[in-house]
Amino acid sequence: MSKSRLKTIKDLAPLRNSLIKEREKLRATIVICGGTGCQASRSLAVIDEVKKQLAKHKLKKSVNVRTTGCHGFCEQGPVMVIEPDEIFYCHVSPDDAAEIVTKTIRDGEIIERLLYTDPVSGKTIKTESEIPFYLAQDRYLLAQNRQVNPCSIEDYIAIGGYSALAKTLFELPPESVVKEIVNSELRGRGGGGFPTGRKWAECREAPGDEKYVICNADEGDPGAYMDRCVLEGNPHLVLEGMMIGAWAVGARKGYVYVRNEYPLAVKHIQLAVEQARKLGILGENIFGSPFSFDVDIARGGGAFVCGESTALMASLEGKVGEPRPKDVHTVVDGLWHKPTTLNNVETWANVPSIIKNGSSWFASKGAKGSKGTKILALTGHIKNTGLVEVEMGKSINDVVFGIGGGATNGKAIKAVQTGGPSGGCLPVEKFDLPVDFDALADAGSMVGSGGMVVMDESTCMVDVAKYFLTFLQDESCGKCVPCRLGIDRMLEIVTEISEGRGTSDHIELLEDLGDTMSTTSLCGLGKTAANPVLSTLRYFRDEYETHINEKKCPAGVCQALITYIIDEEKCTCCGLCKRACPHNAIAGKKKQVHSIDVDLCQKCGICMSECKFDAIQIQ
Amino acid sequence: MPSPTITTLLEGHRSQPHQLIEALQDVQKHYGYISEDSMRSISDELGVSLMEVYSVASFYKAFSLQPRGKNIIAVCTGTACHVRGAKMVLNQAISQIGAEPGEISKDGLFTIEHVNCLGACALGPVVTENESVHHHMDPGKLRKLIKSLKKGDKEGASHV
Repeated sequence: MSKSRLKTIKDLAPLRNSLIKEREKLRATIVICGGTGCQASRSLAVIDEVKKQLAKHKLKKSVNVRTTGCHGFCEQGPVMVIEPDEIFYCHVSPDDAAEIVTKTIRDGEIIERLLYTDPVSGKTIKTESEIPFYLAQDRYLLAQNRQVNPCSIEDYIAIGGYSALAKTLFELPPESVVKEIVNSELRGRGGGGFPTGRKWAECREAPGDEKYVICNADEGDPGAYMDRCVLEGNPHLVLEGMMIGAWAVGARKGYVYVRNEYPLAVKHIQLAVEQARKLGILGENIFGSPFSFDVDIARGGGAFVCGESTALMASLEGKVGEPRPKDVHTVVDGLWHKPTTLNNVETWANVPSIIKNGSSWFASKGAKGSKGTKILALTGHIKNTGLVEVEMGKSINDVVFGIGGGATNGKAIKAVQTGGPSGGCLPVEKFDLPVDFDALADAGSMVGSGGMVVMDESTCMVDVAKYFLTFLQDESCGKCVPCRLGIDRMLEIVTEISEGRGTSDHIELLEDLGDTMSTTSLCGLGKTAANPVLSTLRYFRDEYETHINEKKCPAGVCQALITYIIDEEKCTCCGLCKRACPHNAIAGKKKQVHSIDVDLCQKCGICMSECKFDAIQIQ
Repeated sequence: MPSPTITTLLEGHRSQPHQLIEALQDVQKHYGYISEDSMRSISDELGVSLMEVYSVASFYKAFSLQPRGKNIIAVCTGTACHVRGAKMVLNQAISQIGAEPGEISKDGLFTIEHVNCLGACALGPVVTENESVHHHMDPGKLRKLIKSLKKGDKEGASHV
């Protein structure tokens, strides 16, 4: 296999063919997810043990072990797929490795207990593609995560990687690339939903020889992690997208601004850049063309506001990440005052397939005004949590109940929070809405970066509003008054309500404040900061009213409005709650029913979570 | 005079003001926090005013201007973890360690941090101890984790 520098475009196809041939010789490939989620479930130990067992049974040469990025079904981790038969094993432990190697790999037997059991039918399912969670999705971007080891540029080339770049450099002049992206109707996946093609066209037309492209991987929305998984699982795809974009707008330099909280993503994109440089895919005269381009990686400092384009650019310049007014757009006056195209990870990742398959292919998917697929992070009170990719326009019902499998613990689902701190909460009655940019915005929320936190009846919507305000108060950079003081005042009012001091004029005051903030704040953070409050007021006003008028929290969450008591009939006097209580508020000797001292109790709820007998209740 | 170590740390960033955040990250990784002396050295080496170094170091969450404990327990308080009870886990951590987030415990062993999202939302509540990720946490599991870290039993800790 030739791994030397690709001097001309003609070198790419032979390299790909030799890589494919090498793979065809293999008897099987064991794919194990090494994404952050599965690593937390000890997938690395599984990989080590599988490798050991393969060596022991002299199968090391004929069986490949591929460590990949996230497959999306994090709840079932560590997950394993055995190719070519696509056998899907879940919750695999290192102790299972020996059996997998001897039975499944050597003897071709299926290990029943490691298969996924469909919770609806109760039957086990053999292959990945038959699992309802995957079956209901439209996986174009995420499907590639299973096919490549993110640390191997060869894997990416073998599945057709960098062919879109080759096509771009030798067949498509920059104007045609821009036209393709415009025609595809791709919109930014990071939150704003701005038409990507228009951004590129404006940047291309902006005067100046020095231009930049930036990949925003500062995924700060709590509850969204698709960018981490794409960057971690398929970094070359993102790089290829950036390179095509750089060719289109006329940039020679790119930056990936990635969260430092994502160490694996940082490592993988760094490695990808080094590998691409070595092969001559990054650097001077790529594939022998006149195009030269290089990428630097910058690690973020952990500020949510840096997801905003001007703040991110300030941060790249080594400054405090404060946004600036966008009278002149960053496509004209961006990084170091040069024309700059900034897109997020998922947006860049969509580019190569648009170039490869054509804009009409992309535009044929999705809904009117929202084309293509969107990766959603499905989390919260739901059975199948994980990453889900669907064509835009699918209903929330299809996602939450169809793919997500509905609520856990038999509780009723009450709402879904979409779009992170800039988005809103939609009630279950609105679940027939399609997941597209315009429909969710009209309903007072947004697609945003694709986070979908499902909430059941145990969630208090006043508490959710308070949670987001606390988050935003912490993350507001403080530069403009409406955002800095507006969030403060809103949080004060919502806190009053949650602690039983709410008054009848508070709701109107909140709406008034929200309106002022959205019209007068400097950047997107402030303009949308009131959304969580306004959307909960719109759909869950009765909960606010109960807190204000009856001084009660219907969901039993707001600490000041609840009391914990011990049900004497259920208490088994085991002492677990007493030992767990951090405030020594529980009294009771052995074989004596315990009781909670209301004066000492801080209402942290730890006792309730510890009790195995449901004896601690909220009054 | 800067110590030899910090001079070596700053080697790749010298006279490059735009690399201020990267330089701070390297220093923080090495020392666990950013001291006033470090800030002075960074200011000299990169050619950035001390005031600017301080303003950047104090703006970004990633930087701690106080020494931190030997073990960093980061409790994720992102939305997905919040609705699954992250607050309880955080409260348990605070009471167990006896120090507020960002502070160092009396024995110098622990600092708790709350982070907005670790990107492992499907497995919430999530806690990281140094760099290993623990999923589906509850107060009981956290107590065990802290106990085993106190014992220095790393192997036990990673199995919680």
